[in-house]
Amino acid sequence: MSQDIEREKQLADQAAAARTQGEESPLVASFRQAHPEWVGEVINAFGETTIIVPRESIVEACRFFKTTVGLEFDMLSDLCGVDRGPEEDPRFEVNYQLFSTKKHHRLRLKVLLAEDDPRVQTVTGIWRTANWHERETFDLFGVVFEGHPDLRRILLPDDWQGHALRKDFPLRGYEPYSLT
Amino acid sequence: MATTIPPQFDVIDRPLDTQMTISMGPQHPSTHGVLRIELVLDGELIVKSTPDIGYLHTGMEKLFEYKKYQQGIVITDRMDYLNPLGNNLAYVMAVEKLLAIEIPERAQVIRVLFCELQRIASHLVWLGTHALDIGAMSVFFYCFREREKILNLIEAASGGRMTPSYFRIGGLMMDLPAGFERRCRQFQDGFIHAVDEFHTLLTGNRIFQKRTQGIGIISSEDAIDWGLTGPSLRGSGVEMDVRRTNPYTGYEKYDFDVPVEPDCDVWARYMVRMREMKESHKIVRQALERLKPGSVKADAPKVVLPDREAMKTHMDALIHHFLIVAEGFNVPAGEVYHPIEGSKGELGCYIRSDGGAKPARVHFRGPSFVNLSALPHMAEGEMIADVVAIIGSLDIVLGEIDR
Repeated sequence: MSQDIEREKQLADQAAAARTQGEESPLVASFRQAHPEWVGEVINAFGETTIIVPRESIVEACRFFKTTVGLEFDMLSDLCGVDRGPEEDPRFEVNYQLFSTKKHHRLRLKVLLAEDDPRVQTVTGIWRTANWHERETFDLFGVVFEGHPDLRRILLPDDWQGHALRKDFPLRGYEPYSLT
Repeated sequence: MATTIPPQFDVIDRPLDTQMTISMGPQHPSTHGVLRIELVLDGELIVKSTPDIGYLHTGMEKLFEYKKYQQGIVITDRMDYLNPLGNNLAYVMAVEKLLAIEIPERAQVIRVLFCELQRIASHLVWLGTHALDIGAMSVFFYCFREREKILNLIEAASGGRMTPSYFRIGGLMMDLPAGFERRCRQFQDGFIHAVDEFHTLLTGNRIFQKRTQGIGIISSEDAIDWGLTGPSLRGSGVEMDVRRTNPYTGYEKYDFDVPVEPDCDVWARYMVRMREMKESHKIVRQALERLKPGSVKADAPKVVLPDREAMKTHMDALIHHFLIVAEGFNVPAGEVYHPIEGSKGELGCYIRSDGGAKPARVHFRGPSFVNLSALPHMAEGEMIADVVAIIGSLDIVLGEIDR
C-alpha cells in the first residue's frame, strides 16, 4: 500500500514537471528580438511551444516565420478553432500548427477572439493549405476569416443554422429526435 | 456541402462548343466513398474542379467532448477506417503526453509492429482500388488476399478486424496471444513475394504506365504549400516522414528507408507506396526481433485498468477499476498536438484539456482532408478520365475527411 502511494506521488511529480515552463525555445527568442510587439504570451509545456499573437498581426507573424532564415516554417500542418465556452472572454481560439520541412521543428501560434467579433485575417496568402482548414473553422465555430477567397460551409449543409462545435450547440441539434 | 442544385445542371439545349458542368459523385465508385466533384469541362479537358465534401460528416469531434478519454478511442477507429490503429495511436499518444506517462518497451514494440502491419493493409486497399479505377481488375483480388491475412492477425490480437481499438491509454488492451509471432512470421515470409507479384501485374503494364506517367503533376514547392504529406509529398521529391523528423514510439531505433520519387506525378506516388510496403515489411521483421517478454501496460494505477487477477485479490485494484470505469480519470489542463505518420500522411491529434475526465476539444488533422484540398491544383488542365487516377493516387478516405 505505501508503495502505491509513493508511486502515485512520483506520477504526480512527473505530470507537474511536464506542465512547468521549460526553457525558452530559440525560435521564440529570435521572434521576440525581431518583433517584441507581436509576442503576447509564450507557453512552454509538454515539449511544445505556443505563442499567443495579437490578431491584427497574425498574418505578418506567419509571414515572418515562413520567410526568416533559420526558422523556415514552410508548411502549415494544421489550423483549428477552439471554443472555450460561452462564459469565457475571449471565447474563441484559433491555433496554427507550423512545421518546417527543412528544419523539422514545430511551433503553435494562437489567436484569441472575442465572442462578439470573431474575425481574423486569412493566412491563405501564405499557405494555400489554409483554405479548407479556415472553411472548416468557419463552418463549425463561426470564426470569420477576412480576405478568404471562398469562405463557404464545407462539412455541414449550406442551409445549416448555427455552428455545431460551439459549446452552446446541443449534441443532438435543435430538432427533436425522431426516427420518422 | 451543397444542398441546392445549381442552375447549370438544368436540362436545356446547349451548343456543343461551350463549357459543360457535370457533377461527379457522390455515388461514383471511383470517388472512394461519398465525394462529389463539380467539374467544368471544355470538351474532355477540365477547366475547373471543385470538390464538395461533408456527405459522411458525423460530428465525431463534437462527440469526443461528451465522452471520457478512454471512450474516445473507439471513435478514432471509425475515422480513417483503413488505418484504425494509426488513429488509435495518434489519439492515445496525445493523451499520454498530457498525462506524462511512460509506456513499457514491449508495448511500444507491439505498437510499431501493428502500425506497420496496418500501413501495409491500408496500402493494399489503395493499390487494389487504384488499379481497379484505372481498369486493372485482377490486382484487386491479389491485394485483398494479402490484406485478409493482416486482418486475421489484427483480429487474433484485438478481437476486431476493422475496428480493433487495440491501443489503450497507457499501453495495450492485452498482450499478444500465444503463437502470434509464428503466424506473423508466416505472413512475413509470404508477403515479400506478394509485393514482387504486384509489380509483375502492374509496373510493366504499358496501359498503366500511360495512364499514370505525367498525370496529376504537383511540384515540390506547391506540394508543401498545399500541405501534402505522406506518400503524396514524397512522390514530389520531398523527403519528409514524421517517423524520421519527429520520431515517436521508438521509431528512431529501427532501420528503414524513406522512399522518395522525384517525378511529381501519379506514377511517382504509386512507386513510393509500392516501395513503402517493403520498408514496412522490414520494420515488422525488426519489431518481431525486438519483442522481449515484459509488461504491456504502464505502471499508472489511476489510468490503466488493473489485471483481472489483481482485482480479485487486491482491494485497491478493485477500487481503481471501479473509479476508472465509472468516473474516468482526470487529465491535467493543457493542450498538445501529436503528429504521427499515418498511412496517408501526417495524422495529427490536437487535444485540449481543461482538467476533468472529458476533453474540452479534440481535433484531428486528417491527411486525406488536406491532400484532397490540392485536387483542383492537380486536376485542372487534365482530361476527365485522369481525375479518377489522381484521386486514386492521393489515397483518400472519406471517413477521415468528413469526420
